[in-house]
Amino acid sequence: MNTRKIFAKAYLWLLLLVLYAPIAFIVIFSFTEAKSLGNWTGFSTALYHNLFSGSMQNSSGLLSAVKNTLLIALVASIIATILGTVAAIGIHHLHGRKKQTMNFLNNIPMINPDIITGVSLFLLFVFLGISQGYVTVVLAHITFCTPYVVLNVLPKLKQMNPNIYEAALDLGATPAQALRKVLVPALRPGMISGFILSFTMSLDDFAVTFFTRGTIGLDTLSTYIYADARKGGLTPELKPLMSIIFLIILIVLLVINIRQSKQQPDKQ
Amino acid sequence: MNKRSSWALPYFIFLVLFVVLPLLLVLVYSLQDNSGNFTLSNITKFFTDKDALSTFALSIEVAIENTLLCVLIGYPAAYILADNKLNRSAVTVVLFILPMWINALMRTLATAELFNMAGIPLGKGTLLFGMCYDYLPFMIYPIYNQLKKMDKSYMEAAQDLGATPREVFTKVTLPLSMPGVWSGVMMVFMPTVSTFAISEFLTNNKIKLFGTIIQENINNSMWNYGAALSLIMLVIIGITTLLQGDSGQGEAEGGLI
Repeated sequence: MNTRKIFAKAYLWLLLLVLYAPIAFIVIFSFTEAKSLGNWTGFSTALYHNLFSGSMQNSSGLLSAVKNTLLIALVASIIATILGTVAAIGIHHLHGRKKQTMNFLNNIPMINPDIITGVSLFLLFVFLGISQGYVTVVLAHITFCTPYVVLNVLPKLKQMNPNIYEAALDLGATPAQALRKVLVPALRPGMISGFILSFTMSLDDFAVTFFTRGTIGLDTLSTYIYADARKGGLTPELKPLMSIIFLIILIVLLVINIRQSKQQPDKQ
Repeated sequence: MNKRSSWALPYFIFLVLFVVLPLLLVLVYSLQDNSGNFTLSNITKFFTDKDALSTFALSIEVAIENTLLCVLIGYPAAYILADNKLNRSAVTVVLFILPMWINALMRTLATAELFNMAGIPLGKGTLLFGMCYDYLPFMIYPIYNQLKKMDKSYMEAAQDLGATPREVFTKVTLPLSMPGVWSGVMMVFMPTVSTFAISEFLTNNKIKLFGTIIQENINNSMWNYGAALSLIMLVIIGITTLLQGDSGQGEAEGGLI
């Protein structure tokens, strides 16, 4: 029994070690001045300094890529959350073939690989003669994010007692009030996890952005890194930037999870 | 009640416009030549192009190998994570899904750089390792979820009825966890078969995968051939989805955190 446990722990930690090696690698080499990864020229915080003071080559490129990434993710996931929640309420009240059709259509963007979503939307924008840029990228991100919002909100609708909403109406609430005070609070957990999922998928997206950003020079972090790596020299300040992003995500995730496990102690 | 169902309408229109129509356009473009006349030449071009065919075969091969590798490594990890006796901490679970949230390109670049530093030449081996590294969390998470929500009394019942631990696993736990394995397979196979940037980084452009050819054609304004290649990939995905059936449904239900 005990050897089993030791084996299990060892396996997990070995995997984690391998999984985190590249990330640790980035973090470690963010503290040296060398241009290329893997080249240690002594401890230095110069790259962090450059990042924050903006004194690096092509600083505007990297900073605007970060700004674009965040802005696109925020706008796309807010719209996806609203669209997806409204859609989920609709789908929940549909029956039979109509419901099946909606569920089927909703599944397509999730099954489609990024590159197909990207290429097909690219062809759509070419076909419709829409010039590509921010708007097309945001539309594309909404397309692959919304299904996940729908999938996260639907179970909450199933769990909800439909009579509560009717009761609110009977007690004199207007439909708008009933929506705001009964429906939205019941759906909120699903909406939040849908939003977070959308936001992170949008942040991480490369292929879809790559095909729908057009030729106006719009870069997100992913497309910036791709172009940078293809040119040969990665902007050294990407290392501290990635380390900071990693730290933020680590803290946020740990806080969320610790709070969750405190709220529902030993569900098992 | 009926009025509520109309709330699905805006999303329906959105889906038709941004999902159905684009996919139809892939079909339309792949059946046209440059000047918009109907032709099958894009499709036949693929089936007579040795390079494209071998790239295609290699992509499928790499995707299958990577998926198998992820199952073999990921299943035990998910099993240990989901077992109360072996792992009590929720933090370990978070640590496993955390890499998913780091920019995939950056992680891949760092992996490639690690190989360079260790003096390992970039090629198929590094490609497989790097891809497995990139997609492993996507395999572990759905399996873990499935194991977690499984009713433990089935296993206890099997034990009480005299099954050995190995039998409990092969006859109860494993079959019941298959939906999780299938959604993990989908979440790993689909992206690997279509990846382009990751394979370029991990092999220093030595090995081309199918996604790279699609991207090159689209970017060089060979839309029709690019669309035809996309169509072929769509067919592969359609087949995989049909084979998999409904068993992977509900993968996103709990959300990812």
